[in-house]
Amino acid sequence: MNATSLLPALYVFVLAGFVGFLVITRVPALLHTPLMSATNAISGISLVGSIVAAGSDQNQVATVLGFVAVTSATINVVGGFLITDRMLKMFRRGRPGGAAREATTTAEARAAKEPK
Amino acid sequence: MTRELLIQASYLASSILFILGLRGLTHPDSARRGMQLAALGMLLAVVGTLLHHSIVDYRWILGGLALGTLIGYPMGMWVPMTAMPQRIAISHMFGALAATLVGIAEYYSHANGAAVGRAQMAALGFEVLFGALTITGSVMAFLKLQELLPGAPITFRGQNVVSIALFGCGLGLLVWLVASPAQPLAFYAMIGVALLFGVSLVLPIGGADMPVVISLLNSYAGLASSATGFAIGNDVLIIAGALDGASGFILSIVMSKAMNRSFTNVLFGAFGAPPEAGVKVAEARPVKSITPEDAAIQLGYARKVIVVPGYGMAVAQAQHQIRELADLIEKNGGEVIYAIHPVAGRMPGHMNVLLAEADVPYDKLKEMEDVNPDFATADAVLVIGANDVVNPAARNDPKSPIYGMPILDADKAKSVIVMKRSMNPGFAGIENELFYQPQTSLLFGDAKQSLQKLISEVKHAG
Repeated sequence: MNATSLLPALYVFVLAGFVGFLVITRVPALLHTPLMSATNAISGISLVGSIVAAGSDQNQVATVLGFVAVTSATINVVGGFLITDRMLKMFRRGRPGGAAREATTTAEARAAKEPK
Repeated sequence: MTRELLIQASYLASSILFILGLRGLTHPDSARRGMQLAALGMLLAVVGTLLHHSIVDYRWILGGLALGTLIGYPMGMWVPMTAMPQRIAISHMFGALAATLVGIAEYYSHANGAAVGRAQMAALGFEVLFGALTITGSVMAFLKLQELLPGAPITFRGQNVVSIALFGCGLGLLVWLVASPAQPLAFYAMIGVALLFGVSLVLPIGGADMPVVISLLNSYAGLASSATGFAIGNDVLIIAGALDGASGFILSIVMSKAMNRSFTNVLFGAFGAPPEAGVKVAEARPVKSITPEDAAIQLGYARKVIVVPGYGMAVAQAQHQIRELADLIEKNGGEVIYAIHPVAGRMPGHMNVLLAEADVPYDKLKEMEDVNPDFATADAVLVIGANDVVNPAARNDPKSPIYGMPILDADKAKSVIVMKRSMNPGFAGIENELFYQPQTSLLFGDAKQSLQKLISEVKHAG
């Protein structure tokens, strides 16, 4: 990077920041925890830089640092997307009539557990 | 050439997929689908990167990917929902660690700074600064949330001076490095200073302020990734990092607002310190206690019940019992909704995740502004492990440290049942007038056990 390529990069940064701002202000408080773990998973994009550092064979230091960086970025990507999905799976809409919902779901659960 | 085009196309596609993925999160019904798109974006970016022409040796890459998957899978699949705050805190550390190490490798590989231009130095500098302070800050947050360190603020005389000095020192080194990049000693010293700053930043922050800190660290981890993108000239890193940075920043603003406090106040205020003179502290005053039997009668016949959960619910892991009780009330013909304060718990959205885990449908989880008008018409409010978020002093007492904080209007309900372990004041040590009001009764004991008693009583009554 040099001074001339700084400006286009700044454009990208500022515009992406705006898009992020507009999209994320619309995320309801209900989903703030999944939002956090989702952005964590996405921040695993450092993987892109880490992979190049680990595989370019520039020098041993870069390779080892790159290896550790690939590992920790992968932890975030794999762990982050899995846990976000696990969380989002739990957010379910209630059926109309709360009590009826419960009656049917427990009945269903019982039916599923005990084969007749 | 074709290869370079392919790589750039994969980055463009993954940037679009990340944005679409986050847009999915604006509604719970589209959220899962959205995240699958984002995951696809990540896969594309990784595959694209593997095509990179400067990669000559895949052994370390594959090793890192395998090891990371091996560690990441259990962290994703087996960590219980109750451990989510510390899980999130530690994952900020991993993200920041990756960014910082890439920055160091980049600096080292460019003849220890001699081959680094000024613009690149500025990017690398921000990258390792944000990265390093996020690493130690997240570790401190993790240790506090995991209760390996006391959750209360750890303070010492002149702490703010130390923090500000470290911050100034780091910034000074950065400016110096940008002026002349070939100074490895200054570079590594700057990383050391940033690591120390991360510790001193989070050490004095108490448990109740964790939502702000976690959000802020989320933002810093994102900014570190973005700076990586500047340093190595990669747009997808800049974009994903900017999205993360924006997200964490917005969350920390939302959290600060919900506590009526400024950033600086959270970071340098050490909120949990003993209340100053002039602030009313909890003293022995008569309260009305209630037995589970009587509480069960009230709840069993209530038409409209509002549950106010707080961190105490998470500690007692009582969310399943709450749902069970709510089901019984609903079976008796009542309506149960949940009032969620934005800073209830230890991270943004903490209560929602726990209640969703207990199978509470999300349309019953109400945000503060939406639910506040409902309190006036509620027959009963059940406060479980929440304190400051229902303290009327935030409205009435200008001397109170929480004055001005938006609260849930539980005190406007016809009857309030507060489940409490003891009469100890809440986290901030602030007297809560709600407990002494005539319509309030206290149900003492462990929240989970009390709920179990309530459940069996309501069952008998019904």
